[in-house]
Amino acid sequence: MADRDVLTGEHFIQGDAASAEGGIAAGCRFFAGYPITPATEVAERMAQRLPEVGGIYIQMEDEIASMAAILGASWGGMKSMTSTSGPGFSLMMENIGLGMMTETPCVVVNIQRGGPSTGLPTLVGQADVMQARWGAHGDYGCIALAPDSPQECFDLTVEAFNLSEIYRQPVFLMADEVVGHMTEKVIIPRREELKLVARPKPRPQRPDYLPFDSSGLLPAPMAVAGQGYHVHVTGLTHDERGYPVITDTVQERNVRHIVDKIRKNANKIIRFEGAFLEDARVVVVAYGCTGRVARAAVENLRNRGHKAGLLRLITLWPFPSATIRKLAEQVKAFVVPEINYGQMAYEVERTAHGKAEVLLMGLMGGSIHTPGEIEDTVGEFL
Amino acid sequence: MKVRLRELAPFDKQAADTAIEHDHGLHPGDKFLKPGRIPHIWCPGCGLGVVLTAFIEAMSRKGIPVDRCAVVSGIGCSGRVAGYLDMDTYHTTHGRAIPFATGLALANPDMNVTVFSGDGDLFAIGGNHFIHAARRNVNLKVLCVNNFNYGMTGGQVGPTTPLWARTSTTPTGNAEQGFNLPYLAHAAGAVYVARWTTFHARQLVHSISQTFDKKGFTFIEAIAPCPTGYGRPNKLGTGLDEMRYYREMSEVRNGADPGEVDILLREKIIVGTFIDAERPHFLENYKSIVVAGAQARLKGKEKGRAA
Repeated sequence: MADRDVLTGEHFIQGDAASAEGGIAAGCRFFAGYPITPATEVAERMAQRLPEVGGIYIQMEDEIASMAAILGASWGGMKSMTSTSGPGFSLMMENIGLGMMTETPCVVVNIQRGGPSTGLPTLVGQADVMQARWGAHGDYGCIALAPDSPQECFDLTVEAFNLSEIYRQPVFLMADEVVGHMTEKVIIPRREELKLVARPKPRPQRPDYLPFDSSGLLPAPMAVAGQGYHVHVTGLTHDERGYPVITDTVQERNVRHIVDKIRKNANKIIRFEGAFLEDARVVVVAYGCTGRVARAAVENLRNRGHKAGLLRLITLWPFPSATIRKLAEQVKAFVVPEINYGQMAYEVERTAHGKAEVLLMGLMGGSIHTPGEIEDTVGEFL
Repeated sequence: MKVRLRELAPFDKQAADTAIEHDHGLHPGDKFLKPGRIPHIWCPGCGLGVVLTAFIEAMSRKGIPVDRCAVVSGIGCSGRVAGYLDMDTYHTTHGRAIPFATGLALANPDMNVTVFSGDGDLFAIGGNHFIHAARRNVNLKVLCVNNFNYGMTGGQVGPTTPLWARTSTTPTGNAEQGFNLPYLAHAAGAVYVARWTTFHARQLVHSISQTFDKKGFTFIEAIAPCPTGYGRPNKLGTGLDEMRYYREMSEVRNGADPGEVDILLREKIIVGTFIDAERPHFLENYKSIVVAGAQARLKGKEKGRAA
């Protein structure tokens, strides 16, 4: 049933389902999860689809266990994934930290709803983007992608798997309830058109193989269970062999490595969509479902002859600081609509460094901005 | 921002390996241990070495190739076992060894996956994972070293500390009843349940060997002395004194009803193999119910299309 893994063709499906299909197309064969609105449909799709393609779906007792299980499965040699929303994301933080420290590739899909706590289970939020960046204790690099459509839920889940294999760490797909529950056309390409990154394997029995090599800017190939490398994998501070060493020197090397592999490769990872930026006087910075509204607003403004521009973040992390810094020299203001009380707006403000005004259009959750609201706000600066 | 860091020497593998290879191989069990990981961190009189040796001995007796063995542990003194063994080993987060091992065992069913951890890790913070893995009958061997307290952090009360026992957080005595672990494991669905003390080293080896032949979720409780954390406040003496206590106060009762093997402070300890049963493990049921169902559904769809 191998031909069932890439369902090439046109589909009319939800973002949640598209994300599941993206995972399967990218080679994910293990999913562990726990029901939670509005991410349950990812799990349901996986429960139906994985048994068709030789994969395993398991519903765990909670999100802590789900995250632990996908790390275990990744070390067992399978590409693995989970999905959740805010409350589950909070529970996953502990083992997300373990995944960062042990350099374990996997994908975590967060269909964001309104928080904090139980918040708005069925309604949209975008308030977990800082949690994605800083949620687990300690320092680590972060990759988080934000789809604005079911199509991007598919495409960016594939991309998330590729990035997780290249940089050997959990990668987040930070969708939101609107995009997750939106049903649209999704085109799944032909197998040969999909760009997939296979997990690099260590060369057989090289005596100088270091499973946690920190000498380069990319991690070492991963020796999964049963290959005879007898790797020790620990959440403790460890040296390049994986042995726990509780010293400041090894901590320096260990932490710098897991931060620098993202920080120093940021330019290769960062993705955004820019529109009308060349001569823009005001730039709207948005992501996820808000990116769609912002696009409509900016197009309307342009149609009326106003110099508005759009910067839609595709990677929330790493953040396109250099682009914002450059734009800050040119624009009067950045307008940041997001469904929280200021998260990415802080990052825009920090990066703009006083060179341009930054205005947050915050919504606490449960509704989306209207193009008119954004147009009016942008208009105040024009 | 500008960043200033201390200068840092790169990793010197040769120096690290030279430092660790000293004395490795002098003991016949060394071939199961990662070079240079000994000396271990455990206190004099601790029972963990006995349980680790029993595990190695069982593997050796059953001829299990090390490349087909993985050990997953949580946090605590027992959590350090994984780091000493020369095989694929995973030292995970506190309480999460079982769900991590679940993923590993399902993704790579050819591996013998053993979870080696302590009573606090497995039954307090990890208690929920334990009962669910037993219920699912995932193909996992759980080896619990029960020393009745949190040793690593200096001897606090735990989920197996008996009523009245003193610890650093129950200075006048524990007001809670401890878990009867075999009863819990049995009720949750484990297909093999045994309890031994570190005095019963041979029986322990035999029990671990038996679990290598079993498919599904097996549970062995190994009662171990912790003279530092648990022995001292309860006036149990040295590790050797505790071994004497195990010899005098243990009663082998194979097949005993797990409901009747509670442990009370300074009273008799019932040991033995209590449960040895058969039922389909997770992957068997997954194949026969889930995968077969998916195939049938797809065939039905094809037929529908043809019609």
